[in-house]
This record gives sequence, C-alpha cells and structure tokens, in this order.
Amino acid sequence: MRILATIRLALRALRRNKMRSVLTMLGIIIGVGSVIAAVSITTGATKQVEDKVSALGQNVITVFSGNFTSGAMRGGWGSAPTLTVADALALTQVPGVEAVSPEVRDRNQILANGLNWNTQVMGESPDYPQIRNWNMASGSMFGDADVRSVAKVAVIGKTVVDQLFPDSDPIGQTLRIRDIPFKIVGVLEAKGFNLFGQDQDDTVVIPYTSHMKRVSRRTFVNSILAQASNGAAITKVQQDITDLMLLRHRGELDFTVRTQLELAQAMTATSKVMSILLAAIASVSLIVGGIGIMNIMLVSVTERTREIGIRMAVGARGGDILVQFLVEAVTLSLIGGLIGIGLGIGASQIVSSLMKWPTLTPVSWVIIASLSSGVVGIVSGFYPAWKASKLDPIEALRYE
Amino acid sequence: MQTHPVIKLVELSKTYHTGEVDVHAVRSVSLEILPGEFVAIMGSSGSGKSTLMNTIGCLDRPTGGSYHLDGIDVSTLGRDALADIRNEKIGFVFQGFNLLSRTTALENVEMPMLYNRHRIPAHEQRERALKSLEICGLASRADHHPSQLSGGQQQRVAIARALVNRPALLLADEPTGNLDTQTSIEIMGVFQKLNEAGISIVMVTHELDIARYTKRTIILRDGQIVTDEAVANRMNAETELQQLRVAQQAVKLA
Repeated sequence: MRILATIRLALRALRRNKMRSVLTMLGIIIGVGSVIAAVSITTGATKQVEDKVSALGQNVITVFSGNFTSGAMRGGWGSAPTLTVADALALTQVPGVEAVSPEVRDRNQILANGLNWNTQVMGESPDYPQIRNWNMASGSMFGDADVRSVAKVAVIGKTVVDQLFPDSDPIGQTLRIRDIPFKIVGVLEAKGFNLFGQDQDDTVVIPYTSHMKRVSRRTFVNSILAQASNGAAITKVQQDITDLMLLRHRGELDFTVRTQLELAQAMTATSKVMSILLAAIASVSLIVGGIGIMNIMLVSVTERTREIGIRMAVGARGGDILVQFLVEAVTLSLIGGLIGIGLGIGASQIVSSLMKWPTLTPVSWVIIASLSSGVVGIVSGFYPAWKASKLDPIEALRYE
Repeated sequence: MQTHPVIKLVELSKTYHTGEVDVHAVRSVSLEILPGEFVAIMGSSGSGKSTLMNTIGCLDRPTGGSYHLDGIDVSTLGRDALADIRNEKIGFVFQGFNLLSRTTALENVEMPMLYNRHRIPAHEQRERALKSLEICGLASRADHHPSQLSGGQQQRVAIARALVNRPALLLADEPTGNLDTQTSIEIMGVFQKLNEAGISIVMVTHELDIARYTKRTIILRDGQIVTDEAVANRMNAETELQQLRVAQQAVKLA
C-alpha cells in the first residue's frame, strides 16, 4: 500500500473527528510548546551572558596578584604587590600568547574643559583594545613609542566624554590627572555595562609606564591581561603561564590565573541546569501526551473494527492495517508537535517583548522536538495498530 | 482448452474446538464449481453455510481436506497470502453492504485497488472504479456518500467494489437480506447480467425465490451437501421486474 495514500487516509480519519483529534494533540502541543518556550528563554539568557563575557575580550587570560595580608586584615585579589612589568614582558614569550597588557588601576579626580569627574584611570599597553575586543570610536590608540617615552597621552571612554566634553570634540584636548596634563588621542566605542553592573565606558586609559611613573607612582601592576591566539589553545596557554609565573616567583603561588572560559562556564552553569530541568519536566508532559494518543487510538481501533474487517476482506494485509493506524498516530503527534513548536516560539516572543528578556530558539531543539513527537507517535501508536492488524476478519466483519 | 474449476473442494472440513466439544461445522464437503456458474448455497442457520462461505472466501482456513481456488491450493496459505488472494481473486458482497461511511461511492470502489500488490496509478484507479460503477448502473452517484444512497444503490456500490479488481469469483453473502422485494430482484438482475458476461458467482441465501434466479442450488444440512441440482425453472430478473411494474400500474389504476 502506498504511503501517500495511507497518509491521506490518516488525515481524513483525523478530520472526521476534529474535536477529538485536537484534544488528543493537546498533550503533545503543551509538551512540545513548553520545551520550546523554556529552551528559547534559557538559551536567550545564556546567549546574553555569553555575549557579555565575550565583551570582556576574546580568549583572555588574566593573571591577578595574590591577596595582601597585614595582621588580621586580608586584602582582595590584586592587593599584593607581587606582579611586575617584567612578569608581563616574560608572558609575551609564552607560545600561543598573542598580546599582553600589564594593568594598573586607580580612581582619580580628573579635570578638563572646566569640568571635573571621578573615574577609573587604567594603565595599559597598546594591545589593550585588541585584548578587550574594543574598537576606537574616533582618534587612535597610543603606541609602543608612547609607552617607552612615558608619554602624557590618554584614550577615554564614552561616559567620560559625556561628562567632560558634552558639546565639543575631545580629540586633541587636554585632560588633567593629578594636575598632570594628558593629551586626548582617542575615544573608545561605547561598550555599556559589564556582567557585574559596572559602567565600562567610565574610564581613562593611559600607557602603563605613564600611570606607574606619573600618576600612581607604583612599582607593581594589579594584573596582567594576556590573549591566547585561539580558543582551543586557551587551557594549554593558561597552564604554561602558570608554570612560567611559578618559576619566576620561585615556586610561590602568590597570583591567580583565570580565563574567560571559566567565568563563562560559571555564569552559564545555572541557566544550563535550568534548561535541563525544564526539558525534563516537558518530556514528562510528552509522555503524558503519548499516553493520550495511545488511549484514543485504542478507542479508534475498537470503533472502527468493522472498517478494519471490510478492509481485510477486500485484501488488506495485517501490515497494511498496522501502517494505516501507525501513520494516523504519527500524523497526530507530528501535527501536535509542529503546533507546539509554533506556540512555543510565539510564547517566547511574547515573553521577550513583554519582559524585555532576550529569547533565542535553537534550530537543534526544533529538530529534537519534531523528532521526539514523531517517536512519541510511533511508540504510542504501535500497540493499538498492532492490535488492529491482528484482528480476525470474520470477527471484525461481524462486529456491531 | 480445458477449463479449470474456479472452486474445487476435496473432502473439505472445518472443526471448531470450543471447550470440550468439537463442533463439526463442515464435514468433508467435495464440490466443483466451473467458470461461468451461478450457484446458490442454501441451508438453515447452523447448517454450516456461513463457515463454508468464509472458507471459500479465504477468510478462514479449513481444518481438513483441500481447497483449490482458480487452480491455486489455498488451504495451506498464511494470513498475508490469503489477503492477497482475497484481493486478486475474490469479490465480496455482504448482506449489510459494508461500505465505508463518510467516504464517497467512488472512493469505496477504489478501496480494494489500494491494497493491490501491483501498483495501480491513481488515474487508472479512478477509471476502473467509474467503469465498475457504470456496470452496476450507478455512475451518476459516484460522488454520493453511502448515507445519501438507498439500500439497493448501496448494494450496487458494494458490487462495483467487488468487481473492481477483476476477480475470478464473486461471493455474495445474503446480498438481498436487507432489501425489499423489488430491490432484491433488481440486484439479482445485476448479478444475472454479470454472470452472462462470464463472471462466476456463488451466493448464500435462505430465500427460495431468490435462489431461483441462479443456475444451480446447493443445500447444506449439518455441514454436508444434501442437494446439488440445476435450477429447473429459472427466473429472469428483467421479466419479473416488467411484471411487477405492470402489477403496480394496475394497483394505481384501480
């Protein structure tokens, strides 16, 4: 028996009992719909976190100095004066490291254009924009020559521009940090808030040499940023950096090496657990939907015993009857699955527009949902179909 | 050319084992039916005629003896093979019409071709179904559903369905049981016409006057053939109908 004719037959049988078909599909619709909606929402959330993490920079490995302990008082990471510029220069020799920036930070009151503003002043190397995946909005980054000459040049973030230069072009203007005049050579693109809610644009970046010798007068750096050439090598590079640093610090672990990857994993772990949980709950409702289909198919087989008898009398094999009912069950669950996918996407769109949550429906889950509703149809339709195929034609014809 | 019998039963028997008692529904029946015959099988209820009919129709297997249908030994075939034989060799007409409701007459007639082992293209299925309906005088009602048709018309659809796979044998189980006298004669007219065209027909009935439209009567009692004879004064459905109309006309005038 040709499959197309069988499908047409199944569709007609389902159309005959529209209300019943819809109610039967409801279990699958709700199951698939909730899976898709749940996955869309959690994937959207995960994607947002991942975007924020990658906004911190690409394949970045950060070396923090250890914590500084004085008596009973313990400072946080980066408080101990253990990392030096020499450490940073040594890291440039590690294979797989593409860019390095020693980082010095402090907060300062800065003046410009007759206005003042308290902001974070960072000492960095010219590699900083590349490491942080941060483009220039105008002007350009300072160069290696500026680092060597301890130049009084600065690159500023969008918030600083807004606060100090509300209606003029900051490029070429002067900005004073601790009364030292710095020439503004570039403006960084707006980057927004980071994962921790800090305004990343509220910053002034100057050469680390200038920061250490002119502003903070420090001999150590707070941390060192290193960029691995590719994501695959990041764990290896992290290990190499740790080994090298241990060697340089005479075996003393007075620093911490962290990767973006670890941060990303920590941040997305919760939403992953969440989506697994939701998928588990939803698969329970898929099973319930499958039982509903099996139930209705059993009723349908009993109701149509006579029809089965007639078909067998005119020459339908048991297999033909089996296929007919199986196709009916699968059609039922597949249509239910498709409606569920549509509703799930619709529901996640509504959530996204009402609650301003980003949602994303992964294609893989749409495929998984379609396949699993097909499987539910086969599994739940098989027993009723098999029962129908085993009917005795004489008995079936006699059935009232 | 030697003609094979369409049906050849040799000491066919069918025994049901129900509980402790064996019921011998058919007891070593031997029978030959040649192509072009029109046979009525008669008998009271419990005479084994239904069992014999089911066996001849390949819906059931005999427990003893052999059965050759159109030269093929079908007494040892499995379920699927029997289904194929039913599809290709036998056309069924039932007492209760057994049409699929909510399906048009045309689709009902097309249905057996769906299960044909040789694929029949859709357009050919349609042509054959329409032709079959035409032979049964119902081409104009092809789009009607069974509920929109009278009993006689429904039975014509059933006959058209039985013919569509060009069977060697037409099996009718009490085909006029649910019909009034005039419609019964009309249906017998269809059968006689088909028989004249060369189709072998075996029909189970318990109405004597219906059996008189056939060519040969077999009477069963307690699972055995007690009478097997040619119909002496065979009736012609055409002439009977003519007479009936005249009689009705007379009643109206009076």
